[in-house]
Amino acid sequence: MKFVNEYRDAELVRKTTHEIRRVVTRPWVIMEICGGQTHAIVRHGIDQLLPPEIELVHGPGCPVCVTPLELIDKALAIASQPNVIFTSYGDMLRVPGSGRDLFSIRAVGGDVRVVYSPLDAVKIAQENPTKEVVFFAIGFETTAPANAMSVLQAQRLGLTNYSVLVSHVCVPPAMHAILGSPHNRVQGFLAAGHVCAVMGYWEYPPIAEKYQTPIVVTGFEPLDIANGILETVKLLEAGKAEVGNAYARAVTLEGNNPAQKVIEQVFVTCDRKWRGIGMIPMSGWCLRPELAAFNAENKFNVEGIQSEESPLCIAGEILQGLKKPHDCPAFGNQCKPEHPLGATMVSAEGACAAYYKYGR
Amino acid sequence: MCLGVPGRITEIYEKSGMMMGKVDFGGVTRETCLDFVPEAQIGDYTVIHVGFAISLLSEEEAQKTLEMLREIDAIGEELGLYDEPQVGHGEQAA
Ligand code: SF4
Repeated sequence: MKFVNEYRDAELVRKTTHEIRRVVTRPWVIMEICGGQTHAIVRHGIDQLLPPEIELVHGPGCPVCVTPLELIDKALAIASQPNVIFTSYGDMLRVPGSGRDLFSIRAVGGDVRVVYSPLDAVKIAQENPTKEVVFFAIGFETTAPANAMSVLQAQRLGLTNYSVLVSHVCVPPAMHAILGSPHNRVQGFLAAGHVCAVMGYWEYPPIAEKYQTPIVVTGFEPLDIANGILETVKLLEAGKAEVGNAYARAVTLEGNNPAQKVIEQVFVTCDRKWRGIGMIPMSGWCLRPELAAFNAENKFNVEGIQSEESPLCIAGEILQGLKKPHDCPAFGNQCKPEHPLGATMVSAEGACAAYYKYGR
Repeated sequence: MCLGVPGRITEIYEKSGMMMGKVDFGGVTRETCLDFVPEAQIGDYTVIHVGFAISLLSEEEAQKTLEMLREIDAIGEELGLYDEPQVGHGEQAA
């Protein structure tokens, strides 16, 4: 397929990694922010093609992984209510809350449905006027415009039985949190291509400058990733804390204006807790107060839920690039994709699941 | 959720007040909201996330990147850089 096959050309990938080998002179730690890239890197074996000087660490850009436990528990509480149709992206179904997951709610008769797009959830609300339809609006800047549009569409259609449980997170504040940590190991960043397709990358030069860390916008195919790493290594070797774009076919500096406008119409910046990492100030989006009628947390009384994380899980450290999945004592024994202890073992974009699946 | 895949727009129409389209992903067709790419035309390639097109792909930029990487490759070849033994699993990248 066009715009795909060219970027899977094994020969060109190999030669690009050879070029990395040629320009690198000392060890560098590079983080790919996006879980989609983590998956692609491990799947295509790019980590094994790199020279030993380059260590890739995996970032927090897995929406399923960082959705806070409290919110999963709220989702479980809402989904258990009798008159509710709870809708969600498929990945969320198996994410463990404190003790159970959405699948188990379905098993005992709860109406939990997987949707491909939030517009499907709006359609379900239209077709089921006597039911309350709740959509679990999670994700980074990539899913935000779609999730926001579903609220506007429900409003346009005059639906009063549609609401969203919002847990949106944003990449730049997470980069600040990682680079600003006293334990930080990251020296260069691959920025998430599709987040940048929506938001542009004008927010990054001040971050690169402040922490003296180059950032390169990177795509998802093997050649894109190899190219992103090459650009990052070149900047690192030259001592340049600049921002590059190795995904120019899909990303512009300004990003997608119509999408940004819709996000702004529906969401407002707020503090957000990240699962395993903790509170990051002004790192998320929640519904604007004037759209409170669409806020599932207002509609359903789900306050005061006590959440409990598995004591074994070190996903938080993995998501900050401090540890790798095999540093976790539970990896591959108590914790497997069939019975995950933490969210990073559930999602295809989670580092633990990727390492397990591809035998790292 | 973030693994947006590129597809080709084959149809554009309006539905429930939104600009919608059919997008072909190498044989599989999906309905997609095109509200965020109002300049889209039939035949354009676009990246889709959860049923929404978030970006139109630029053929020109795509070619530039590929040419640049192929050029590196030519320089490497001249320097005899690729004669050394292979590392890793190059074939997995296919
Ligand atoms: S292997 Fe399981 S328990 Fe360990 S960090 Fe990963 S998700 Fe958590």
